[in-house]
Amino acid sequence: MGVVRRRSGSFVLKVNPILCDGFGHCHELAPELVDVDEWGYPIVVSEPVPLSNSGLLQSARYAVRGCPRQALSIERSNDTVKPQ
Amino acid sequence: MISAGSLPRVLHGSEGRPLSLERHEEVFIAETPFNVMHELENSGLTGRGGAAFPTFRKVDLLRLQRGNNKSVVVNLMEGEPAAHKEFALAGANPHLILEGAQVLAGLIGAKRILVCVARDNPTVVNHLNRAIHELERRSLRGATIELHTPPWRYVAGEESALVHWLNDNESLPQYRPERPSILRVGRNPALVDNAETCANVALIARFGAEWFRKLGTEKSPGSTLVSLSGAVERSTVLEVSLGTPIRDILAAGHADMAPQALLLGGFGGTWLHGKHIDTPYANEYLSVPGAGVGAGVMAVLPREACGVYETLRIVRWMANESARQCGPCAFGLPALAEDLMSITHSSKDPRAAYERLQSRCDSIEGRGACRHPDGVIRLVRSALVVFEDDISQHIVGRPCTGTQRPKHTITIPTIEHEDELIWE
Ligand code: SF4
Ligand code: SF4
Repeated sequence: MGVVRRRSGSFVLKVNPILCDGFGHCHELAPELVDVDEWGYPIVVSEPVPLSNSGLLQSARYAVRGCPRQALSIERSNDTVKPQ
Repeated sequence: MISAGSLPRVLHGSEGRPLSLERHEEVFIAETPFNVMHELENSGLTGRGGAAFPTFRKVDLLRLQRGNNKSVVVNLMEGEPAAHKEFALAGANPHLILEGAQVLAGLIGAKRILVCVARDNPTVVNHLNRAIHELERRSLRGATIELHTPPWRYVAGEESALVHWLNDNESLPQYRPERPSILRVGRNPALVDNAETCANVALIARFGAEWFRKLGTEKSPGSTLVSLSGAVERSTVLEVSLGTPIRDILAAGHADMAPQALLLGGFGGTWLHGKHIDTPYANEYLSVPGAGVGAGVMAVLPREACGVYETLRIVRWMANESARQCGPCAFGLPALAEDLMSITHSSKDPRAAYERLQSRCDSIEGRGACRHPDGVIRLVRSALVVFEDDISQHIVGRPCTGTQRPKHTITIPTIEHEDELIWE
């Protein structure tokens, strides 16, 4: 954990809406990636983020670990996106 | 492919080592007199349950999955309250459905056929029971056929909910992040197909793709069942060739020929403005005004009814049918109904409600585990376009006569209390 193994490719943070109970911890842990709606449920950025953006990857990992319902997961894909 | 007069036959295609299964199928089965897989591909049949996914691609995906106890699930759940097509189908010929399921079982190598009928629909259960007994007496079948009766709910007909019920007795949709996802009954892959699709597969297996394509359009071949309701003489189910102008369908069903709008696809479908009544009934034409065939529902809204109010009634019922597993669906849909309520009754600042409704639609879309909220949003968005003028009248405080003396055109089941909803 914490070691960035791959620099090419991208990731998306995914939330399992059935497990999620809307505690909103993910919004606090990764505010750049997660917004909350009026009922407190997370709205996750849907565009893939390049893996080379280690700051965002790190906060995504914090969110995954901090979610009390384990509803979050990081989904990696191989297609590279251009860093913004 | 082995041409008729050539040798070797039995030893054909040897490559110095035993053929792999895939090679064997390529070399031997292709273009044998009648290959169902080819016919299915050439027929261009799409799923009739609403998503219109090519049946061949689904079968091909399942065929290559591993599992020694695969199953075919026949979906006769009929979630849409305005649709009665499975009722018509099972009442007409349940053997066609079962035969199609057997063909599919043969194609993917399934050992079980699970026929699912809502237990709230005893007539259909009886029809299927009788047909299955008839087949069993003859014992001419490969796969075992079982009848299952989950409770009727709107989302219980969703394929992952159906499989969840078969596994755990709970008609709740499941979260499926990967697409295309493979549903599993037990640990084995399952092919879930709508009963109408199965019946069409049986026809293709008997008469071939060319025969099948004699009706319908190039992109949507074949025929389809339309459940006609609303401002009609009698609610009926009609079988029409895809691509028939909607006007002809309405005429055949003795419907109101100058409707204000049509509800197409189902409660999670779209409104189609009455002026598009000459559009051919096929997805490629209907998608221009933003509609689709969906699950084959066609509800006619007469001129004197209020479209916004009917939308509100549908959304309220759909919100109650949410499985309440996902926050955006459980809280979002009742909120949409509330906004529509403020608009129709011109109370509590309808203009703000209108704007809130649009932003809520954007924020809820795509965030449920299943497509239930997306369907409701599709309906609301199409209502905002089709009934634009009415809505602007409602907003300035001049609701139409439809809301003052409400006449219900679209039949909606009574809203059950949350505690009374049966999921298992
Ligand atoms: S931390 Fe987990 S449970 Fe809480 S809102 Fe985020 S995803 Fe949902
Ligand atoms: S989106 Fe709604 S209906 Fe679908 S699983 Fe979630 S709560 Fe249930």
